[in-house]
Amino acid sequence: MTDSTNTTSSNVDIIKLTAAEIAAAIAAGELTAVEVTEAHLARIGAVDEKVHAFLHVDREGALAQARAVDEKRARGEKLGPLAGVPLALKDIFTTKGVPTTVGSKMLEGWIPPYDATVTARLKAADVVILGKTNMDEFAMGSSTENSAYGPTGNPWDLSRVPGGSGGGSSAALASYQAPLAIGTDTGGSIRQPASVTGTVGVKPTYGGVSRYGMVAFSSSLDQGGPCARTVLDAALLHEVIAGHDPLDSTSVDEPVPAVVEAARNGSVDGMRVGVVKQFRGEGYQAGVVQRFDESVALLKELGAEIVELDCPSFDLALSAYYLIAPSECSSNLARFDGLRYGLRIGDDGTHSAEEVTALTREAGFGDEVKRRIMLGTYALSSGYYDAYYGSAQKVRTLITRDFEKAFEQVDVIVSPTTPTTAFPIGERADDPMAMYLADLCTIPTNLAGNAAMSLPCGLAPEDNLPVGLQIIAPALKDDRLYKVGAAVEAAFVERWGHPLIEEAPSL
Amino acid sequence: MPGITREEVAYLARLARLELKAEELDHFAGQLDDIIGAVARVSEVADQDVPPTSHPLPLTNVMRADEVRPSLTPEQALSGAPAQEQRRFKVPQILGED
Repeated sequence: MTDSTNTTSSNVDIIKLTAAEIAAAIAAGELTAVEVTEAHLARIGAVDEKVHAFLHVDREGALAQARAVDEKRARGEKLGPLAGVPLALKDIFTTKGVPTTVGSKMLEGWIPPYDATVTARLKAADVVILGKTNMDEFAMGSSTENSAYGPTGNPWDLSRVPGGSGGGSSAALASYQAPLAIGTDTGGSIRQPASVTGTVGVKPTYGGVSRYGMVAFSSSLDQGGPCARTVLDAALLHEVIAGHDPLDSTSVDEPVPAVVEAARNGSVDGMRVGVVKQFRGEGYQAGVVQRFDESVALLKELGAEIVELDCPSFDLALSAYYLIAPSECSSNLARFDGLRYGLRIGDDGTHSAEEVTALTREAGFGDEVKRRIMLGTYALSSGYYDAYYGSAQKVRTLITRDFEKAFEQVDVIVSPTTPTTAFPIGERADDPMAMYLADLCTIPTNLAGNAAMSLPCGLAPEDNLPVGLQIIAPALKDDRLYKVGAAVEAAFVERWGHPLIEEAPSL
Repeated sequence: MPGITREEVAYLARLARLELKAEELDHFAGQLDDIIGAVARVSEVADQDVPPTSHPLPLTNVMRADEVRPSLTPEQALSGAPAQEQRRFKVPQILGED
């Protein structure tokens, strides 16, 4: 607990609390959920014009949820571990009665008639949903510049990207607009924004969190997960949203790993930690490599055994990803045909349904989405299928085998989360291949389906921007991420004297 | 692999139901060519005896009991429709007049 819980009247103190602290203060009657929600709404009002983390703020809905929590407490009902804690929800999850755009003009103004499972579980846990966060259109991108509603700024330097596609969620955390957020990770869209904003992001095991009501981009890779400013907060949120969902046929029917317990008992003593040869080299910023090497040294100091690993297929992961993800997207986005929901263009009586669909898709999709649809259509087309899509799926097998071999030797793998710190807005906008490199270290995990976390490990000396440490665990062993992550976080906070996020410039 | 031509992009756009503008055809031809050139390395493993993985989980068909359950009302299902008529989705003309 920080001192700030004692001075409950100050909004500044409230917004700097962790989710765990807020929940405890509400449960103890030191704060009301309405006070906490109002403090965050005021913060959004004060800074979001600069940051643009939110696409839609649901002021009334959030206050109504907060009032319900306060009434529950007044009636003496037991509150859940995150009751009354505000959250920023990536605009890819459907929210009944609240706009859901996926960062696209295609769904501008669409009001879903149902809640995603993640949304429903948050509401059932009495988490207060503040609104919907900005994202690269249909989660395609690594910078949040592909949003049809304009880019989000990185709170550490507003002229730089907050990562993508979940840049809005991570920027909301880093600018104290919310203590918790939800993201989705298809090729790194939770971990990569976490890394460049100095926050924590977790991609659970594939199938660990339901995809029902999460607008599909690449179904065999997409995974929703928690974003927070601390490892424990991420764990608390993980437990709320994870678990089997009969509405999602790809949902894993296994117990949720004990992630909160792991986060409360951080330790790496006696653990074998793998460092993969392929996660360094050309394209890695010197300051990122320096902070990563220091993290490995820290793990050793804390009692871990470091094991060098060779995973040769990882060199092909980016290539396989940029064939598989576009292929699945070209199929998934076929549903945006202008007939049943969303935008419709050209329906003036002179165009056929097919022409209306083509005109609608031309007007509704941005460049990156079109590029990937075309790429996927190419990779799946007759004559090229075996050379591209088929081969990419074979690479996927090889990557999975590399991970299996690695996890025979180690408990977790660590790497930098991103090869560079946050780059300036616009710098890579017209160079897709340069943009795609941002996900170099995160993609192998999506292809294999295992679990991974990013947490802050310092600032790069050359630009004073956050560097992320990635921890990768085998499928269904998500608790290991939290055990290792909590130990590393505690050691770093002790070394720095405070959490890294406190070094972010105030807005 | 051969380079991706403007004509090829136009063909792909038709397949993908995207009414691309002329300048987009040129723009995408160059970019798609770059991307395909960069990712074509995956075919280096094509000859190996490697089974493809399409999904990280072994997928089985999940069935539920065939019973009536609450679902969206017709009004809810139609609530996002660009056009509707008589509680149905109204779509543009599909067949010609003759």
